[in-house]
Amino acid sequence: MSFSRRKTTLGFAAGAATLALALAGCGNSSDPEGSSSAAPGETGSNDEPITLTLATFNQFGYSSESEGGGDYMYDLIAEYEELNPNVDVVYNVADTSNTARENFFTKLGPGGLADVEAIEVDWLPEAMQYSDLLADLTSPDVDGRWLQWKTDAATDKDGRLIGYGTDIGPEAICYNVDAIEAAGMDASREAMTAAIDGDWDNFFALGKQYSDATGKGFYEENAAVLQAMIGQLEAPYEDPATDEIIALTNPEVKEIYDTLTAASDAGISAGLQQWGDDWAAGMANGDFAAMPCPSWMLGVIAGNAPEGNWDIADAFPNGGGNWGGSYLTVPANGENVEAATALAAWLTAPEQQAKAFANVGAFPSQPEASESEAVQAATNEFFNDAPIGQIFTTRAAAVTVAPYKGPHYFQVNDAMVNALRRVDEGTMSAADSWAQFEADVQAIG
Amino acid sequence: MTTTKPHTEVPTPRGPERRPAPLTMRQRMGRWDVKFSPYLYIAPFWIVFAIVGLFPIFYTAVISFQEWDLVRNTGTMVGFDNFAFVLQDREFWLSLRNTFSIFLLSSVPQLVAATFIAAMLDKNIRAKTFWRMGVLLPYVVAPVAVALIFSNMFGDRYGLINSFLNDIGLSSIMWHVDVIPSHVAIATMVNFRWTGYNALILLAAMQAIPRDLYEAAAIDGAGTMRRFFSVTLPQIRPTMIFVIITSTIGGLQIFDEPRMFDTNGQGGSNHQWETIALYLYNKGWVDFDFGRAAAVAWILFLIIIAIGLLNLFITRRFIAGDAGASTKKSKKVTK
Repeated sequence: MSFSRRKTTLGFAAGAATLALALAGCGNSSDPEGSSSAAPGETGSNDEPITLTLATFNQFGYSSESEGGGDYMYDLIAEYEELNPNVDVVYNVADTSNTARENFFTKLGPGGLADVEAIEVDWLPEAMQYSDLLADLTSPDVDGRWLQWKTDAATDKDGRLIGYGTDIGPEAICYNVDAIEAAGMDASREAMTAAIDGDWDNFFALGKQYSDATGKGFYEENAAVLQAMIGQLEAPYEDPATDEIIALTNPEVKEIYDTLTAASDAGISAGLQQWGDDWAAGMANGDFAAMPCPSWMLGVIAGNAPEGNWDIADAFPNGGGNWGGSYLTVPANGENVEAATALAAWLTAPEQQAKAFANVGAFPSQPEASESEAVQAATNEFFNDAPIGQIFTTRAAAVTVAPYKGPHYFQVNDAMVNALRRVDEGTMSAADSWAQFEADVQAIG
Repeated sequence: MTTTKPHTEVPTPRGPERRPAPLTMRQRMGRWDVKFSPYLYIAPFWIVFAIVGLFPIFYTAVISFQEWDLVRNTGTMVGFDNFAFVLQDREFWLSLRNTFSIFLLSSVPQLVAATFIAAMLDKNIRAKTFWRMGVLLPYVVAPVAVALIFSNMFGDRYGLINSFLNDIGLSSIMWHVDVIPSHVAIATMVNFRWTGYNALILLAAMQAIPRDLYEAAAIDGAGTMRRFFSVTLPQIRPTMIFVIITSTIGGLQIFDEPRMFDTNGQGGSNHQWETIALYLYNKGWVDFDFGRAAAVAWILFLIIIAIGLLNLFITRRFIAGDAGASTKKSKKVTK
């Protein structure tokens, strides 16, 4: 990002100008030396006043006021309004991603969405089917801002970029120190990192060692590990060219299923459904020792097991993995598309995203932000002062594959999760459950 | 209609033929008043109902014959494909089974308990209003809050009930794995919420029973039980029918409790507790297949109508006491 860029845009329309401010503004605000320039603010004040609406869900780390009143270091919304006196940002936060999803798809066609709408990677494939209803956000100003796979997932077949990446969820392995020690294993961060570093067979062997020693499950449930394993395949469930469902014929999927159900039989899976009450209680009671752990999971663990002694291994089986993350989109039928694009660009600029990380720990999808001092120096007290900034930067760099997710991805994945849970629960044998999975998948579409 | 009214007669210019005289404005208005104003008075309901009730019902029917795209608001006609899919879907039949199972597990104990509670509240007890309001309290609690409280009790591993069972040496009940326990758990939540409500309605009916009936029965030597079965129950029949019908309709639409029963909200890994309403929601909002969801909605609509008619038939035939029988007779006579 060069400042000459800003000068050239100054003469253009309001939206383009605000975009430039956004870029310049972010440069100022997070500059550790505190050098500031008022230039971008000035240009903004010349524009006529506009009101922009921004809608997100859960906690994006933008403004404490709208996100449940947590203890935030920065208020990005107030900062943007200060930089652009003509812009009034109305910030609405939905309680869950699901609420936001229903709202998004109900209003996407007829209109009525906010000027900037956040979408989660979980329903990005569904949104991609309607990419023509979202503004094309491609701009030379933001070229190369995000990790390549993050941008690729939000770029449609015509090359239109429909979302600016906010955060990602690079995965490490979190583990319960006391539980690992109880199994007679070395629970130091270095030792666990070395033990987990390897392929999936190595991971399951480690799990078997633990489960044999303690009689307990090593990880929470198969569905959690499935997420990680499927996330390392290029095209697990659908053919990228035709969107035809290939889940039943893809040997890799069957192999993962067989591996996981075998692990279930060996007692390596604790069979505690993620997000359930038993799962939360099991985390505190040491019912399982390890879990795939994206950056945003840290707060969940600390919240569920406040007395626990947990740590993070800087390793992930078979390379890297990503779980979750979001984008900001701009519905094309909005009234202020240009100004909205500028706001989205500003919020997802590395400087702002580093602040959102400071606020709520949302790990930035922008390499420049993750390399920043603020992120690199971050540690987490609950996890024995683990250098989480450095760990997750390494984990993000290890992510090489973003699986192709077509329109039926989540239906197929849901069927797969249910198939694995039936085996975990003991409702069905692995073979019966696979047969049921086949029937479920055939009913899709 | 009066055809001749000499006073208002006006000669018609054309020909000798006499026509009935046109009415004055006043007469016309008066006649319209009698004829149309009842309709006018009920019009607000029907207008609102047409907009938010009838129109959606028929629009749902239109959508059910299409492969519908919610976002673009367009669809392609597929005839009865959606209905065929739903009727051949294992998930649909499982959810139908679950719905009826949960309905029976909730409605039957609920009515028995509500009748018993109402009978007790009908007695001469101290602090009547306190007890009567007390039974209504669960109804005031939001279903979602109820589900949260009960999920604490019905946890598979760390739930209150299983901890208690383990303490006294019994094995845990897998509330979220086995079919019947999951239905019992959900029915418990439904009962918790609706028993008090139904008890109050039945209590109102019991209060309306003339006390001299009880006195007469007592003089004839009827004990408490006999008075309850021979006086109270027959007297509250019409209300009982109302309560049965409303709880049937409610029972077939159970949604909040199964949705909140686990964090996934989709009715279990093997559809153990997925109800029809939840199936409809999953088809619409999870799969984004609104054509199929609309087809499910219509099937559910028809099921409820069928069961409503069945209810009506049974109540007329078997339950409706002399009142029902006499209207039936009088109807036949008028025919």
